[in-house]
Amino acid sequence: MKSIISFELYKIFRRPRTYIAFGAIAALILVIQFGLKVDGQSYAAFLMKDINDTLTVDGNVLNGYLICYILLQLLLVHVPLLVALIAADMISGEANLGTLRLLFSTPFTRTQWVLGKFIAASIYTIVLLIWLALLALFLSMWVFGTDDLFLMKSNYVVLIEQNDVLWRYVGAFVFASFSLLTVTSLGFLMSSIANNSIGPIVGTMSAIVFFTILSTLNIPLFSMIKPYLFTTHMNNWKEFFDIQVNDNNEAIKGSILNVAKIKTSLIVLSTHIVLFVCTAVYITRKKDILS
Amino acid sequence: MSVIQVNNISKHFGSLKAVDGLSFEVQAGQVFGFLGQNGSGKSTTIRMLLSLIHPTSGSIQIFGDSIASNRNKVLEEIGAIIERPDLYPYLSAKEHLQLFAKLRSKKITPSSIEDTLVKVGLQDRAKDKVHTFSLGMKQRLGIGIALLHNPSLIILDEPTNGLDPQGISDIRNLIQHLAKEEGKTILVSSHILSEIEQMASHILILHKGKKLADGAIQTLLDPNKMIVHLTTTNDELAIQVILASSFSNYLLKRPAGIYLSIPHFEIPLLNQFLIQAGVGLINVESRNSLEDYFLQLTSNTN
Repeated sequence: MKSIISFELYKIFRRPRTYIAFGAIAALILVIQFGLKVDGQSYAAFLMKDINDTLTVDGNVLNGYLICYILLQLLLVHVPLLVALIAADMISGEANLGTLRLLFSTPFTRTQWVLGKFIAASIYTIVLLIWLALLALFLSMWVFGTDDLFLMKSNYVVLIEQNDVLWRYVGAFVFASFSLLTVTSLGFLMSSIANNSIGPIVGTMSAIVFFTILSTLNIPLFSMIKPYLFTTHMNNWKEFFDIQVNDNNEAIKGSILNVAKIKTSLIVLSTHIVLFVCTAVYITRKKDILS
Repeated sequence: MSVIQVNNISKHFGSLKAVDGLSFEVQAGQVFGFLGQNGSGKSTTIRMLLSLIHPTSGSIQIFGDSIASNRNKVLEEIGAIIERPDLYPYLSAKEHLQLFAKLRSKKITPSSIEDTLVKVGLQDRAKDKVHTFSLGMKQRLGIGIALLHNPSLIILDEPTNGLDPQGISDIRNLIQHLAKEEGKTILVSSHILSEIEQMASHILILHKGKKLADGAIQTLLDPNKMIVHLTTTNDELAIQVILASSFSNYLLKRPAGIYLSIPHFEIPLLNQFLIQAGVGLINVESRNSLEDYFLQLTSNTN
């Protein structure tokens, strides 16, 4: 298995296509950071316009922590599409290239190949997420400095002390890794079905868009299935930034408002990962390699 | 000792019987030629030998082990190229060999990678990416990957595809060297029958998924039964008189030309008969090649 993983990782990181996602993330983050650096104060004023009459906020509101939160809100919706570029190509791309028969005639079972490829694709996904964290969090902290994190929610505001923020980002990125690994496993499942590269990539993206729409629709019929859709849970990294308050409405440092919600989301996402990968293994084991 | 033992395997794709009740054996040290027209089931059979395709029925044993239950053990001792030499265009020849070396339990040293590059004539292009390679060079690299781990059984599906005459000759010499000097068992399929004739000691002819013949080439190509190609002054008349004579049984159905499968001692009689019938003979070419044997078998079946 170790041989397969290193074989696959070598191929992934020698392919020019791999670096599209790294380039796209870097370009987006740098453009947004540049915009906020140049014209950030008017953006902050726009955000605060509704509460300026009732609340006075001192300090550096537009700090690295807030920038990272804004970036994650924007990017974690789109990064799955970049992950699909690689994950959905892992098996079908080999079938399309004709190299699948070369791999499957080596002394490893197909189950070993599928699991090895999935682990390699997962490592790629995690590396991409680390790259995102480096640019979105640490570069923002360096460029914009640090202060308390002030977040405007739909009908309340959250103020988290700066020494209570970093661990929440660690939690949010770990949670995001589960979300992205769900996409990786979905791409993988699509990849095991097809014999060309484009179909599974488009299929994975379409499935994400389709289920995201279902997750956001407030129609009673769909409300029944919403808790079981992975797209309902993918953005719950934000729960790390909702904080409990005491009776005096003061924030309790180190607390999370709804830990159960995070746990449920992790269980749903993990179940999807296991289900998608097991199905991909089953399909690959059964199919004849005709490409 | 039997290296490959195929027992009554069939493969159906829906209503299509790609391989139908095929059985054969390949003995250790043989160069076994696998012949058949396009769509005859050669590649399907080879894919079943490598467990890329699951047989609908029947069993395959390689080195005495079932490929179905001891797949990994069996594949450790096989090197193969299957149809086209499909490789990773963004990797170099050397990178391919280094990567595939990792997938073998046998220790493959950097020097044996260099030796393999020399063996397939790619030492000067070792660091070039595969997308710059010609089809022939890709084919050589595919063969290099198949030979890298020094397997006991080598399965080569159309190994001379895309090679120039020098390349074909090199591969032929390599196959003969591997069989004679290194004692490898080789199963080779090719549509170039003359190639097989020069390389193989045994052949199997497959047609529409069924075995038409198999055995040692020496036995199958009976020297007492010559195939004669006649060039006459009037081919139409020649065919008419042959059909009306006792020689009609020897006439072979061919799209063009007059071909007869005839015992060698009857050739002078045929010659005399045609002259008496007013047909001038320009050339009598006696042939006994694998190609003629193959065409004779498959045309009779058609």
